[in-house]
Amino acid sequence: MSESQRLDAAIRRGLGLTNGDDLTTLAYGRTEYWDSVAHMQLVAAIENEFGIMMETDDVIAMSSYAAARQILQDHHGLALEP
Amino acid sequence: MASHSSLEGKVAYVTGSTRGIGNAIARSFAAAGAAVVVNGRASRDAVEALAAELTERHGTACLAAFADQRDQDAVKRVFQDVFATYGRLDILVNNAGILDDGLLGMIAESSVDDSFAVNTLALIRNMQSAARLMRRTGSGSIINISSIIGTRGNPGEVVYGATKAAVVGMTLSAAKELAPAGIRVNAIAPGFIDTDLTRSLPPARFEERLASVGMGRIGTPQDVANVALFLASDASAYVTGQVIGVDGSMVI
Repeated sequence: MSESQRLDAAIRRGLGLTNGDDLTTLAYGRTEYWDSVAHMQLVAAIENEFGIMMETDDVIAMSSYAAARQILQDHHGLALEP
Repeated sequence: MASHSSLEGKVAYVTGSTRGIGNAIARSFAAAGAAVVVNGRASRDAVEALAAELTERHGTACLAAFADQRDQDAVKRVFQDVFATYGRLDILVNNAGILDDGLLGMIAESSVDDSFAVNTLALIRNMQSAARLMRRTGSGSIINISSIIGTRGNPGEVVYGATKAAVVGMTLSAAKELAPAGIRVNAIAPGFIDTDLTRSLPPARFEERLASVGMGRIGTPQDVANVALFLASDASAYVTGQVIGVDGSMVI
């Protein structure tokens, strides 16, 4: 499984989404199932999947699917396909 | 079979554990089977020696974390080291603290800043990092060391009392916030405990303090460690959001 696929799977687990849900439109606070409590579950799911510990500033900044990808590429060296 | 108060297989981080109450807690936890991350800021040698001693004595893989709780980067690195070493954290004891008495009108700004940095702000940062590690396993115990001064007050300890009262507030809020994640948060409010600090009191003040203790004796660091062990273990699995006094019925 590629790192992109692993990230997507972690996001679905963290937010309780199904395979049919569109991840690209997700936005913290605007998507129904992505509130502050779910956000911490999402962070835990991503950290567990990749064995990393994110900076608090990154946790706060991770407010969309695109932002999550950017942070993980820039700060944790994940190789994510476009 | 592990007893209810066993900490076997658990990882505990105890701040300010090279002496006094924190030292007794670290020793109790290691004796109960935990891998203990010990911390101090005065001497790297002392921190490393304690970790080595506990590892040797109890066969648990203890880790030395030399860090000043005022140093945000150093504190952050401790959690990264814990994650890299163990991959988990089960217990956090926010014990490190400073006491700098001063009457109103004679309190230096630096005293206010230092006291809040160590006694209050560092605890919030530590809880923040610890909660993230604990969420991964869906369990954990955070123990914050407050003080009877934070719940009852004392002349000359406006700043110290404020920092320790804040510990109560953060404990109660964190307990409510983290309960759904299976993480318990409690505080201990020690009274008159036999530490370097109390031993340095003038004899008259020492006797005055002692006379205010209903049980007629000064508390020991072990008295506090026993309660910390209870709160860290599964024996307190349904206890959260509590502030437990360990003061021998002290009246101030």
